[in-house]
Amino acid sequence: MTHDAIIVGGGIVGCAIAERLARAGLAVCLLERDVLGGAATAASMGHLVVLDDDTAELSLSAYSCARWRELAPQLPATAEYRRTGTLWIARDAAEMDEAARKRERLASAGVDGELVSPAQLALLEPALAPGLAGGLRVVADAVVYPPVAAAWLARRAVAAGAQVRCGVEVRAIGDGDVLLADGGRLRARHVIVANGCAVPELLAGVPVRKRKGHLLITTRAQPAVNHQLVELGYMQSAHGGDGESVAFNVQPRPTGQLLLGSTRQFDDLGCGVAPRLLRRLVARAQEFLPALERMTALRAWTGFRPTTPDHRPLIGAWPARPGVWLACGHEGLGVTTALGTADLLAAQLLDLPLPFDARPYAPARFAPDAELAHAG
Amino acid sequence: MRELRTEILVIGAGPAGIAAAVSAERAGARALLVDMQSEPGGQVWRGQWDKPTNRQSRRWIAALRQSPVECRYGLRLVDFAAPGLAVFDGPDGSLRVRCERLVVATGARERLLPFPGWTLPGVFGAGGLQVLVKNGWPVAGKRVVVAGSGPLLLAAASSLRAAGAQVLLVAEQAAAADLARFAARLASHPAKLVQAAALRLRLAGVPYRSSAWVERADGDEQLRSVRLRIGRYSERLDCDALAVGFGLVPNIEIAQLLGCTLADGAVVVDEQQHSSVAGIYFAGEACGIGGVDQALIQGEIAGRAAAGSARLSFGLRRARARSERFARALDRHFTLRDELRHLAAADTVLCRCENVGYGAAQVCRSQRDARLQTRLGMGHCQGRVCGAACAFLFGWDAATPRPPLAPVPLSCFTASPTEENPQESP
Ligand SMILES: Cc1cc2nc3c(=O)[nH]c(=O)nc-3n(C[C@H](O)[C@H](O)[C@H](O)COP(=O)(O)OP(=O)(O)OC[C@H]3O[C@@H](n4cnc5c(N)ncnc54)[C@H](O)[C@@H]3O)c2cc1C
Ligand SMILES: Cc1cc2nc3c(=O)[nH]c(=O)nc-3n(C[C@H](O)[C@H](O)[C@H](O)COP(=O)(O)OP(=O)(O)OC[C@H]3O[C@@H](n4cnc5c(N)ncnc54)[C@H](O)[C@@H]3O)c2cc1C
Repeated sequence: MTHDAIIVGGGIVGCAIAERLARAGLAVCLLERDVLGGAATAASMGHLVVLDDDTAELSLSAYSCARWRELAPQLPATAEYRRTGTLWIARDAAEMDEAARKRERLASAGVDGELVSPAQLALLEPALAPGLAGGLRVVADAVVYPPVAAAWLARRAVAAGAQVRCGVEVRAIGDGDVLLADGGRLRARHVIVANGCAVPELLAGVPVRKRKGHLLITTRAQPAVNHQLVELGYMQSAHGGDGESVAFNVQPRPTGQLLLGSTRQFDDLGCGVAPRLLRRLVARAQEFLPALERMTALRAWTGFRPTTPDHRPLIGAWPARPGVWLACGHEGLGVTTALGTADLLAAQLLDLPLPFDARPYAPARFAPDAELAHAG
Repeated sequence: MRELRTEILVIGAGPAGIAAAVSAERAGARALLVDMQSEPGGQVWRGQWDKPTNRQSRRWIAALRQSPVECRYGLRLVDFAAPGLAVFDGPDGSLRVRCERLVVATGARERLLPFPGWTLPGVFGAGGLQVLVKNGWPVAGKRVVVAGSGPLLLAAASSLRAAGAQVLLVAEQAAAADLARFAARLASHPAKLVQAAALRLRLAGVPYRSSAWVERADGDEQLRSVRLRIGRYSERLDCDALAVGFGLVPNIEIAQLLGCTLADGAVVVDEQQHSSVAGIYFAGEACGIGGVDQALIQGEIAGRAAAGSARLSFGLRRARARSERFARALDRHFTLRDELRHLAAADTVLCRCENVGYGAAQVCRSQRDARLQTRLGMGHCQGRVCGAACAFLFGWDAATPRPPLAPVPLSCFTASPTEENPQESP
């Protein structure tokens, strides 16, 4: 048989797309070489956050967070969706000015934020170090446990008629079909490549690089933290330069554990935990949460963010290969933006009205003959 | 943070680790022996440091006392900061050890399998209860059922009786024919502990039943009775405690952390006990279950090899071959029966740390899938208990542990090391 759409990769992005297309009535088959949500999705913090680094990121993340809020009542309890909000923390007056500008930018996308004075900050988060300049509180942001959310989306896809096959690896993408590692072939009108950092294994020329991150989780019974806490310097760390960076980013887990992030580096392609980076990560977190000094670390792990040269995901047709669509390169925001990605891709594929401007994410910007692709 | 340097670091001071450290020093190397317990002895010689109870332990404990091997206790290996840089943690803080070569002798742990009621207070691991008893836990007059599989049941029952417990029954799941074949082999094998324990129990009139296992444990707040399957019959037995264990499984977390090749849940080593990673040796039950004699022989070989003295004497080679035959016999004759895979109900707890039921795990594809979807094995023990159960129940490979191997203070990461013995640094 010929499927309407084959989706390669069962991370949060592939699962969201499978769900969306199956709901639209397409005959969908999702192929995952390992387990659902086992790669970047499993490593992730699952912070559902509106980022405003550029207008494209702002519209995709604001739209996606709203979609998560719509889905929230249906998510299983094990997906641990919670509206913790985000508290962006300013260390000095200059960062406080940045908080005010950020508030304006978020407001332009209809996202409310409130500026927080040092006194309010101490009330909201008593565990924070004294002497901070204040911050910006975004109450609509949330957190979710990504691998369970991904598997749940896949189950919804199956309920809508999709096939979801785990342990099936795609070896190559042909013309109107995919070649499986076991030698089999599956035909499809559309092939959607959503295999995260592994895209270049299947499609040469797609500029996705791995950007490694370390996370660490503490044991239970920590000092109470109420919001996801992120330093305002985070965006600088996230997007600035190719070097190694560490930013304070802490998430309270429903169990009472604290999840500490995060580091970013391009030069290390091994999955091992580097003690040097853990040391930087913990030291940074302690500057903001001094009580961490007396806490206990349960586990540390690493993951890879699929990164593009301009830090924007690739969502849309891949001009070099007719019938092939990309949904990848979501870097450090793919859990959040998976839902917006699915809607945007579905709208393009099904010729529906677009939920927001698709051009900033068009893979054509990196196609080998980009000029031609645009013209055509 | 303190930092030490040594030529050979031996992790684990059970029989294998003691033999490795002593043999390495005898072969002219400097060795440092570290264990997380408060004194050496491992599982089988627990509490014997000051009063060895048999010839073997007397000999090796004396050898360790006389040897210049440096020893540190109460320190648990939690991570490697770099290859050759081990990080330990203990009540007095953390310690880093730089070494040129490593011998890992971390032994085995008991396999526990889920059945309804197995988490009730009053149900113990057979080896675990034995340890409690050796440490003075009162069992005098208590009615105890010992169940599961393997020679350890006999050792446990024997210790329990010696401490005054009333052992109602030893229920061995293996079939009588297999046991008979195993017992026949004992005569030609160095399994004196097993033999002695079996003999003592027989003399004491403790019933020993083969093809027998616990189907469920009952009680409200506390264990009151067990239902046993004995051959074709089902029987209820009132009791105060159940000591249960289904054989041993090698501790492989350190090997996984170091990227050493594994097969069948044990570390793969060559003739010299050398693993697939350069400079890293394994000895004792981490390489496969084989009892104390095998642990000693492998320790001796590993210690000598790590010290650069690779030639094996004829005696050592012969002893090793003999101990390997015993290990194979253990494996063959105590194979766990299929019925044990079907004792748990959907709501029987499988992962105690995260309270995950058998039913939730059963629908998963792998240990990792279960970890992600149900949190199975995500707690403090990192799946050491439920991982061994899942390997048997579902045929899953162990998921890779994440550092640290045990919870450690965050300061363990931030503190900068200070050399403890700078005179030894080059
Ligand atoms: C440390 C860290 C923290 C993060 N924190 C956050 C956060 O707080 N909030 C947020 O929104 N985002 C966060 N992210 C980013 C987010 O995790 C990713 O952007 C997102 O998970 C990407 O999802 P994906 O489905 O594209 O990729 P993946 O989850 O990597 O999924 C790709 C899947 O494709 C499969 N696959 C690969 N090749 C093949 C093949 N040939 N055949 C079949 N299957 C194949 C893989 O097995 C995998 O399951 C974080 C990332 C990291 C590393
Ligand atoms: C609970 C239990 C009870 C047993 N009782 C008996 C018995 O009564 N009779 C008998 O013949 N056999 C018994 N055995 C079998 C016994 O394991 C072997 O016969 C023998 O002790 C194996 O020696 P070994 O040196 O390989 O390991 P072990 O004796 O197990 O020694 C391993 C040592 O490594 C240490 N260690 C482990 N991990 C770390 C770490 N991360 N950091 C630091 N140190 C670490 C442990 O504390 C331990 O001291 C028992 C096994 C178990 C699991």
